[in-house]
Amino acid sequence: MGIIEAKKLSHDYQKIGEDGSVEAIYRAVDGVDLDVAPGQFIAILGHNGSGKSTLAKHLNAILLPSEGTVFVDGMDTGDADKLEAIRQTAGMVFQNPDNQIIGTVVDEDVAFGPENMGVPTEEILARVENSLKTVGMWEYRSHSPNRLSGGQKQRVAIAGVVAMEPKCIVLDEPTAMLDPVGRKEVIRAAQKLNREKGITIILITHYMEEVIEADRVIVMDQGKILMQGTPREVFSRVDELKEHRLDVPQVTMLAYELRKSGLDIPEGILTIRELADALGKAGQECR
Amino acid sequence: MIRDITIGQYYPADSVIHRLDPRTKLVGTLVFIFSLFLFRSFAAYAVATICLAGVIRASKVPFKFMVKGLKSILILLMITVVFNMFLTPGEPLFKIWKLTITQEGVLQAAFMAIRLTYLIIGSSVMTLTTTPNQLTDGMEKGLRPLNKLHVPVHEVAMMMSIALRFIPILLEETDKIMKAQMARGADFENGGLLQKAKSMVPLLVPLFISAFRRASDLAMAMEARGYHGGGGRTKMKPLKYQKRDHMAYLAMMLYLLAMYAAKRITGF
Repeated sequence: MGIIEAKKLSHDYQKIGEDGSVEAIYRAVDGVDLDVAPGQFIAILGHNGSGKSTLAKHLNAILLPSEGTVFVDGMDTGDADKLEAIRQTAGMVFQNPDNQIIGTVVDEDVAFGPENMGVPTEEILARVENSLKTVGMWEYRSHSPNRLSGGQKQRVAIAGVVAMEPKCIVLDEPTAMLDPVGRKEVIRAAQKLNREKGITIILITHYMEEVIEADRVIVMDQGKILMQGTPREVFSRVDELKEHRLDVPQVTMLAYELRKSGLDIPEGILTIRELADALGKAGQECR
Repeated sequence: MIRDITIGQYYPADSVIHRLDPRTKLVGTLVFIFSLFLFRSFAAYAVATICLAGVIRASKVPFKFMVKGLKSILILLMITVVFNMFLTPGEPLFKIWKLTITQEGVLQAAFMAIRLTYLIIGSSVMTLTTTPNQLTDGMEKGLRPLNKLHVPVHEVAMMMSIALRFIPILLEETDKIMKAQMARGADFENGGLLQKAKSMVPLLVPLFISAFRRASDLAMAMEARGYHGGGGRTKMKPLKYQKRDHMAYLAMMLYLLAMYAAKRITGF
């Protein structure tokens, strides 16, 4: 059984009119099936309004399904008794770094989760040190979060989740408000956690560049899963992605255009290195 | 920069007073204030002066920071003194026009002036040597018995510390909105008081909306990290009384005894 399993998950948002009656229902997630194996790095891609953030909020019971079920490590998110255990298993990092830091000092914020769980003092100190070192923010432990850059704040937020020792971390567009440098820092921290600690990562984003190293990419559109597979599989379907107004990484786009105009290079090229190699090969064959 | 402002008036230094447990400092300040009102005698106030001077020396905070707080109550102080002097009934000292100054009045005015001044200086010593965070921590732990009376001590302390964290963020946001409005021709500087107040409306509306949005985000983030109120929580840095705190409590007792003795012995 996977660490996260969603079965026919649907979620409706209701618009309540002034008289308290339901004026309109908007289905944000529509019949999604999801099965994530432990230790995987999953990326969920999609436009604004594709339902990807709504899906993410189901994975640690912030939202509950309107229809269908979600299991986190075998626990049903609808089961109110398991709420604490679920939130401990699946941690969550949000988009806005300012609005998720609670402490007035970095280490106090990282300690917030373990404090809620009732972890003994000495262990909190050990966990805080460990998780701040993992994300490379240990030197900033006594700083005020207000003076950190966006990428640093987001890494503190990740450390705060890591200190709860979850099996899975859901990152809900963690890089949307960051500059390119900050984006790289955050993605690198997530990859490190996945590789070194074996934590399952579910990264939700609309930056294509961030997903090329994922084990599996899930593309969502209008509340449904549009396609899924390895990054290579997904990005070889350039036409389909473009139909749904989704971008592909620049390199992939270039390779696609070159291929279309008759150059003999493989489909689904993801990195500059790959494209360079393919072009070199194609060039030799031409001679 | 607007984000560099400090909240409260903490003066960072490495002194015995700074290292004391915030609870000790809270209790100490209260004891000091009570003693001022309990022992109405010049001899006792002399003891208080010596002790206060000693604590200020030990705190390593320059004296001018202590006096800063007095500026704001200067007018209140003067009104108190004048009213006490003229309106206390008793043995008339001398007369100006229709107003009589009495002997009791002069004494009463002097006591009130000393009390108010020392009250401000005494609490300044506490706020200058304790960070706002330590203060909320100290209050949370020190007031815990009030939980039995259904006072939500933990919740209030949590709200205070969140407010402290968001003050600089909201200030920065105000600055941003103000600049955006100014870029579109809004005028925050000219005009009378009414005009200025009116020009604040387009500033406050977006600020409030954004504050509510932030609050909702923060609540979600706190829930996601397993926050469920004060029950069953542990602390990374729990407050623990050290030897110096016990010494401080002993000093407070001695201080009260000295005040009492000074009043009884001299009777003045």
